[in-house]
Amino acid sequence: MALFVGIDLGSTTSKAVVLDEREGILGKGLTNTRSNYEVAATVAREEALDDARLALLGRGLAERIGPETDRLTAELRRAWVVSRCVERLHALGARVAQNAEKGGSPTDAKAVRSLFEAIEGEADRVFAPLAEDRSRFFRDVVSARFFADATEAAQRGALSYEAAVNAYDQAIVAVENEEAPLPAQARIGTALARARLEPKERTLLEDAWRGLDEKALEVGRYVGTGYGRQLLPFPKEQIRSEILCHGLGAHALYPETRTVLDIGGQDTKAIQLDPKGLVLNFQMNDRCAAGCGRYLGYIAEEMNLGLHELGPLALSATRAVKISSTCTVFAGVELRDLLSLGERRENILLGLHRAILLRAMSLLSRSGGVNEQLTFTGGVAKNAAVVHELRALVEEHYGARTINIHADSIYTGALGAALFAKRGGGEGLPVAKRPKRAAAAPPVGS
Amino acid sequence: MKLPITEATANAAPPPAPLARAASQVVQRDASPTVQKDASMDRQKAMLAGYFSELAHARETGRKVVYTFVPGNLTELIRAAGALGVYPEVNALQSAMRQRSDGFVREAERLGHNEDVCSYVKCDVGMLASGNIGPTGEKLPPPDLLLLSYTGCFTFLKWFELLQKEYGCEIAMLHVPYQADGTVTEDMRRYVAKQLATEVIPKLEKVTGRKVDLDELAELLRRSGRAEDDLVWVLDSAKSRPSPIDAYFGGVYYVGPIFTAFRGTEDCEGYYHDLRGEVAARLARREGPVMPNGVLAEERFRIVVEGPPNWTHFRDFWRIFYDEGAVVVASSYTKVGGLYDQGFRHGQDRDPLLSLADYCLGCYTNHSLTARVELLSSYVRDFGADGFVINSLKSCNSFSVGQLVMMREVEKRTGVPGGFIETDLVDPRYYSQANIKNRIESYLQMIAQRKASA
Amino acid sequence: MSSNVTEADEIVRRCEALYADLSLSAVKSWQASHPGRPAIGLLPIYVPRELVHASGALPVSILGGGDQIDIVKGDACFQSYICHLPRSTVELGLQGRLEALDGFVFPSTCDVIRNLSGIWQLLFPGKYVRYLDLPQAMDPSTGGEFYRRDLEALGAELGRLPGGNAPTTESLATSVRLYEENRRALATLRQLRAEAPWLVPLDESYLVVRAGAVLDVEEHTELVRAYAAAATRRRRKAEDRIRVVIAGAFCEQPPLGLLRTIERSGCYVVDDDLFLGARWIQPTEAEDRGDPLTSLALAYLNRSVVASTRYQPDGLRGEDLVRQVREKRADGVIFAAPSFCDPALLDQPPLQKALGEASIPFITFKYAENTGQFQAIREQAGTFSDSIKLWGEG
Repeated sequence: MALFVGIDLGSTTSKAVVLDEREGILGKGLTNTRSNYEVAATVAREEALDDARLALLGRGLAERIGPETDRLTAELRRAWVVSRCVERLHALGARVAQNAEKGGSPTDAKAVRSLFEAIEGEADRVFAPLAEDRSRFFRDVVSARFFADATEAAQRGALSYEAAVNAYDQAIVAVENEEAPLPAQARIGTALARARLEPKERTLLEDAWRGLDEKALEVGRYVGTGYGRQLLPFPKEQIRSEILCHGLGAHALYPETRTVLDIGGQDTKAIQLDPKGLVLNFQMNDRCAAGCGRYLGYIAEEMNLGLHELGPLALSATRAVKISSTCTVFAGVELRDLLSLGERRENILLGLHRAILLRAMSLLSRSGGVNEQLTFTGGVAKNAAVVHELRALVEEHYGARTINIHADSIYTGALGAALFAKRGGGEGLPVAKRPKRAAAAPPVGS
Repeated sequence: MKLPITEATANAAPPPAPLARAASQVVQRDASPTVQKDASMDRQKAMLAGYFSELAHARETGRKVVYTFVPGNLTELIRAAGALGVYPEVNALQSAMRQRSDGFVREAERLGHNEDVCSYVKCDVGMLASGNIGPTGEKLPPPDLLLLSYTGCFTFLKWFELLQKEYGCEIAMLHVPYQADGTVTEDMRRYVAKQLATEVIPKLEKVTGRKVDLDELAELLRRSGRAEDDLVWVLDSAKSRPSPIDAYFGGVYYVGPIFTAFRGTEDCEGYYHDLRGEVAARLARREGPVMPNGVLAEERFRIVVEGPPNWTHFRDFWRIFYDEGAVVVASSYTKVGGLYDQGFRHGQDRDPLLSLADYCLGCYTNHSLTARVELLSSYVRDFGADGFVINSLKSCNSFSVGQLVMMREVEKRTGVPGGFIETDLVDPRYYSQANIKNRIESYLQMIAQRKASA
Repeated sequence: MSSNVTEADEIVRRCEALYADLSLSAVKSWQASHPGRPAIGLLPIYVPRELVHASGALPVSILGGGDQIDIVKGDACFQSYICHLPRSTVELGLQGRLEALDGFVFPSTCDVIRNLSGIWQLLFPGKYVRYLDLPQAMDPSTGGEFYRRDLEALGAELGRLPGGNAPTTESLATSVRLYEENRRALATLRQLRAEAPWLVPLDESYLVVRAGAVLDVEEHTELVRAYAAAATRRRRKAEDRIRVVIAGAFCEQPPLGLLRTIERSGCYVVDDDLFLGARWIQPTEAEDRGDPLTSLALAYLNRSVVASTRYQPDGLRGEDLVRQVREKRADGVIFAAPSFCDPALLDQPPLQKALGEASIPFITFKYAENTGQFQAIREQAGTFSDSIKLWGEG
């Protein structure tokens, strides 16, 4: 048995999906793309492979202990994620302290170290949510916590806030860009130690881990896709366009899908499929990123809101304000103009969401319309207001249609890529280059 | 029409020695970093250099200079009046290929021209404001006459109004009615011919001081017709597999002389005779087209393209197709200066003025959208294309407005899905290599998937 | 009707309802009272409505969907760098809101309107779609002759439509006379606005003129006269505002909000080129007893307004704008052109140069028919007004 891996290097997030030989999903990995596609690809892939390893472990265990398996593997997975975060925390903490030191302030360096020690002390509480909510990343969680703690420490006079933040900003970029996850074998010890388990249960898991067949974890083939796909160290045959991958991925999730709408960070795609998931036609937005995920990002910034707050706020609107331009350049101006006229923020937001969907509807129409089931994918599919408007507009223009939105829709492209890896011709295992390992402190307990 | 492959060996003249040498050089792909060229390209380059030099010395030699546009150009008439033609679109695209259009466009915008309007106009206005140094580095002479043969593009009208204000020279306007219903009526022909007789020729004669001899004009037209026969043969060769030519990126070179100042000259006739020989030789060797990076090794996709190319990144754009093994087998852009492949020839009508009227009325952008859809659909079918790509230009409403509707129609009629990309003529700010590459690759992968599953 | 001051408001209210009615109820009710007679949609800028009228049809000017319609399918047909009017027009067509119309005439305004005729042929097969190639050669023996024959052909085609009649010399002479009256009424209103703009706000006069897009010509002439008379009786005082001319808005129309914004920002608009097709042919007092078809053709050659879409060498358009400013005693010009409008935008640099040479101040902005936010325009027009009031006297 071998695994098949699809990697989707998006402009904002990078995703990986691991399939087994029966095309079942074994593992998923997701990371922010940062400015370094290569590292992002490695991180996503390693996470997905770790995920697959834990899934295989679960399968083996289920044969022996039955329904108890789920609880044990869930706990191991939680501990695994936390351990991985702690590894990163170490690297980050060391780098921040080092930067503070270089900045000529040993006091700050010392204070920083104790801040990181404090975070590590609460690691389970701080990082466990990441095992559940895959839309948040290590960076988000640790940054929020660090800035809060640093503010508080600065008020106590324990450190200079500015120096600490400077040291942190430099460190997080560097750490993210040289990040190389530890091999799974090096993490299992810490993860098992961290897991809240009975000694008997721990032994069961340990045995199962040792019993994993490494051959079953060999990757048979990779296929890459996404905006950054050209940067993957794969031969040409192992690169597929996002269009084909989203099409095939959506078809795998919902076999009755004939139309796919994907609204990503930089572009919007409308894809028409045949009954086998092959692409019949597609259209992408024109050159400007108006009406894409990035537009919502600008709006959120302009309104000083979190991206995830936009949808719920818009849904509480009483009416949609008419927005004439989805141009990101004018978005801010128009927004301030409307606010100054006393328009409610919620109503403006609903108008903005509607404007985005109107553009998407045009693309759908360009590609051939919505004749049967529509599957909506991409980061923007998480936005409830967008979904709400999409349902209304599709119904208005095409009549009642089934609209599928999968909880894991963000993985659609990577899933399609993995399916191509499984089905595609071309033999041979490409050697994906690994970035050089970061000089980070060894993980605790190894 | 017969497939050229059956005629190739029979009719083609053996390639002259320099051509044979050129061909053997280009087979070694990527052997050197220098750009690969057909011998005909060198010949054309020499023709152009000679012409621009002639223009630069027009004042000394006393030749009068007539500015005019490519679609519906009256080159034989300009020659018959003893004048030299200057083609502002060609200057603009040449400036773009030499990476100079960016500065000219910005200069025009600095002078108040809007970001929304045609970049050909702005490039020309900017070039004029920067000293009117032409693409070869020699100063272009000012026009003695602006011959506004306004065919298939309203912006031409505004363009020459602007130039006329700058130069204060004589201007002659020729209104060519649009083929909205896909037909040319006798009224339309007579309207154009009468304007030639009462407006264009008198002004030409006034400016040059020389009487236009209609018999001489007729002779020039017949010579154009002979070159056009050879051009059509070359364009038709793309029906063979593999195609020996690229009918878009390569095609813009092939139509160069016949779309501009050389039509009706012996040089032009000779060029097309040689070109035909060169292509026939490639056809006999079953060789693919010569591209900047060498002879295309494997023809993976046969594509029809609608719309002019982007000139600022011409080679990058071409490279995207080359890297995927995509050959353009037919294009509409190579018909903006005449739809010769649909049967028209200069000199066909014995009345030279009616012949010129037919020419003007028949240029590609003077055709209705329905006629364009039919033409593109016939290209997809007749050239055995796997796909068609529309390169939609921000600058050119004449081409661009309606292309999305045309795309759906061609899809309906041929069953082949279309690809859509957006660039511009000569404003580099509207060309994004990553974006275009992504789309073209996605499109070709879709086509490959369809071919594999068929 | 009673002749008190609210009569004008009453008329404007009716016109605004006609303006807002994108489903053409007025056309449908005309058809109900003229059973079997066709209605023909005319795209901007100029089509000789006399000819359509003389065939027994109702000429209906189509001026886009303004800011009142969400665009979905219309956007699917056009790239982002094309002006807005064709999008909303296609949207209206695909939504079935133009179904009352039996045919469409697309004049040779620009490449966009030209190709829109082709889009219409492809999207609505079976509909009567006519491209009218207005001549650019203004010589009667070339352009005049070609145009006259084309009008003849157009008339014959209209006659072949169900319920249509080929125009006769008599019917055409009547139509020419009715439209001449309409033009005179419009000219009177225009003159009134130049003389007393405080009595005739821009949005009102625009709506009154615009009502002619869907009303029968005689009814419209009455309406214009009634409004002008009622407005004259208003007791309003002139405010301290500058007098401006709007240039560039001849095809795609700005939203009402934009027109109101300009006048509320310290300007009186004393002349404009909004809905230019309505006054394309300049009225004449000379009685024409000749062949009406010839006089229709000659009217185009000899009495057309100066417009960006007509060939006009020698910088005459600049001279004309300066003359217009002087005649209307305007303080300055507001260049308001639709985004991506080639004819208007390509004309701006030479027009601005001509104004500069005549020391006439101007401001410039772009709009789309669905522009929703006017803050920036309010700022700009307000500043323009203030600066002219402060320093413009010298």
